[in-house]
Amino acid sequence: MRLSEYPKGGKYGPFGGRYVPEILIPALEELEEAYLALRDDPDFRAQLTRYLREYAGRPTPLYFARNLTRYAGGAKIYLKREDLLHGGAHKLNNALGQALLAKRMGKRRLIAETGAGQHGTATAIAGAVVGLEVEIYMGALDAERQRMNLFRMELLGAKVNLVDSGTKTLKDAINEALRDWATNVRDTHYLIGSVVGPHPYPMMVRDFQSVIGREIRDQVLAAEGRLPDLLVACVGGGSNAMGTFYPFADEEQVGLLGAEGGGEGERHAASLARGTVGVLHGMRTYLLQDEWGQIAETYSIAPGLDYPAVGPEHALYRELGRAEYVAVTDAEALSAFRLLARLEGIIPALESAHAVHAAIQRAREMPRDAVVVVTLSGRGDKDLDLVLRASGEGPREGW
Amino acid sequence: MGWIRITEAFSAARSRGEGALVAYLMGGDPDPGASPTYIAALAEGGADVIEIGIPFSDPVADGPTIQAAGVRALRAGTTPETVLRIAAAVKRDAGVPLVLMGYYNPIIRFGEEAFCAAAAECGVDGLIVPDLPPEEAAPLEEAAGRHGLGLVFLVTPETRGDRARDIAAHTRGFLYLVSRYGTTGERRGLPPDIMGLIGRIRGATDLPLAVGFGISRPEHVRAVLACGADGAVVGSRLVREVGVGSPPEALRRLMRELKAATRR
Repeated sequence: MRLSEYPKGGKYGPFGGRYVPEILIPALEELEEAYLALRDDPDFRAQLTRYLREYAGRPTPLYFARNLTRYAGGAKIYLKREDLLHGGAHKLNNALGQALLAKRMGKRRLIAETGAGQHGTATAIAGAVVGLEVEIYMGALDAERQRMNLFRMELLGAKVNLVDSGTKTLKDAINEALRDWATNVRDTHYLIGSVVGPHPYPMMVRDFQSVIGREIRDQVLAAEGRLPDLLVACVGGGSNAMGTFYPFADEEQVGLLGAEGGGEGERHAASLARGTVGVLHGMRTYLLQDEWGQIAETYSIAPGLDYPAVGPEHALYRELGRAEYVAVTDAEALSAFRLLARLEGIIPALESAHAVHAAIQRAREMPRDAVVVVTLSGRGDKDLDLVLRASGEGPREGW
Repeated sequence: MGWIRITEAFSAARSRGEGALVAYLMGGDPDPGASPTYIAALAEGGADVIEIGIPFSDPVADGPTIQAAGVRALRAGTTPETVLRIAAAVKRDAGVPLVLMGYYNPIIRFGEEAFCAAAAECGVDGLIVPDLPPEEAAPLEEAAGRHGLGLVFLVTPETRGDRARDIAAHTRGFLYLVSRYGTTGERRGLPPDIMGLIGRIRGATDLPLAVGFGISRPEHVRAVLACGADGAVVGSRLVREVGVGSPPEALRRLMRELKAATRR
């Protein structure tokens, strides 16, 4: 079986599945059916393409990072500029797709979880433009870390519910969104923001994000006349990475590298690099958990990577050795963040800075005619406060 | 065979002219030391089947009351092993059929086979795993079967007839009918269509049928039994008493009131 043919029966090898309360099963079946019918519907595809092009700003550029390449001193490094997408991150690709789907399914309300606030923002944007009511669940701790995003979601007309249970972060926001969905499943679509959750979400979100990888293919072929040697992306739940990787899944000569949140070493969010297999949020996948199967507290400076599980398709790619996953620490990400700002005039999201670091390390060991593409999943404006605090300095000193 | 004891508890209640009262508390709440006394009070108050929760960090099917109980139990150091020990103690003293209710991940971590073996050893008769629908349940179903444990699945207002029959075919002990959309927790009234729902599911199975989620008052118990259910599951209402620090005696009293409502 070719890798691109997964999922099979809702599974990615031993991973994935549909581990949810019974009340949600009919809704997942209905969603899968509606999605599979619309996926190949020319009218739906044209509508989504139009929104992506005219509203969201696709295609995003593929930029040859000359200065960064010179700095690394190895392979050519290209940046896929998802940071230039409307909303400031790749999240809108999926949010628009699912919002249009929900509209066609006759739902009147969207709910979504958010960690960094980027997916919540994308959902609020998509809900506003498509015409659906939006309610966002955000961990109280994350909201504190990302106040501006909270304000932005409200400006866009979304109601934001702060989640005070558990670790007060992304996983608890997902729990609360699942509870809301179980209560309001008849008129509400749960717009999951990453390639996680029960089937069909990992497949559907991957498909909507695969526009990234398809564009990379065309753009690299145009620029270099061949496929890239290595694709690099950060992995929290893993949607920008899966969107980047998937269109190349069957081409073994294209290397795939995921950068997870390595945090401060002891405390981290590297589910693939250091986790064990279990079930959370409707899927069997790699998790960070304790010896009793309680979900562990995770930590990364990048809120979008601060998640104790990961998409089941990544779990399969890891298991098969198709992709490699490394943990990048806060300190490494912070230095890549500053480096990209200075060398290329681009402030990346802290999440994306993890990928930039991993790409520099790998490019260094590769020949000069090799081609590396890094997906810059988002822009870093949302992170200025965090970086400032992490530097422990005022904005005028030490910069 | 453990699950037969559950079925027998339902038929024993019926032969007394009663519905079965299934009572839930979180294992290890408020702490592992006090927990067995609270759970024993359920039996003393007339529980026909007792459900003991295994606390989990991410209980997506539970409302605020049971979430809070899980947090208390986990903070007090409760593990699945602790809950098994509590179950053994309760079984020794009360002899009521016991069902453990817990999310799937801690069971996977323990090992399905090891967990079922240990549970059977501790006198547990059945398992409810709210995030494990039948299509994903084969490994646990086999392990449970080997040790005589009944796997109790849930049906909901969203479950169509053909699916309800499939679910019932996988279920041993009793079928758990979720009365409403949403999570566990107390509600003022029953959903307006409860009678139709019970009737519809009643027609899909010969298993004992117990209705839960939002059942907190004697009149709720009376109503679901009058609609044709064989039993009622009460959870959050009882858990709340533990949460506010009521003594076990308060649970005994509450249970007697609820149990009285099962008499036809």
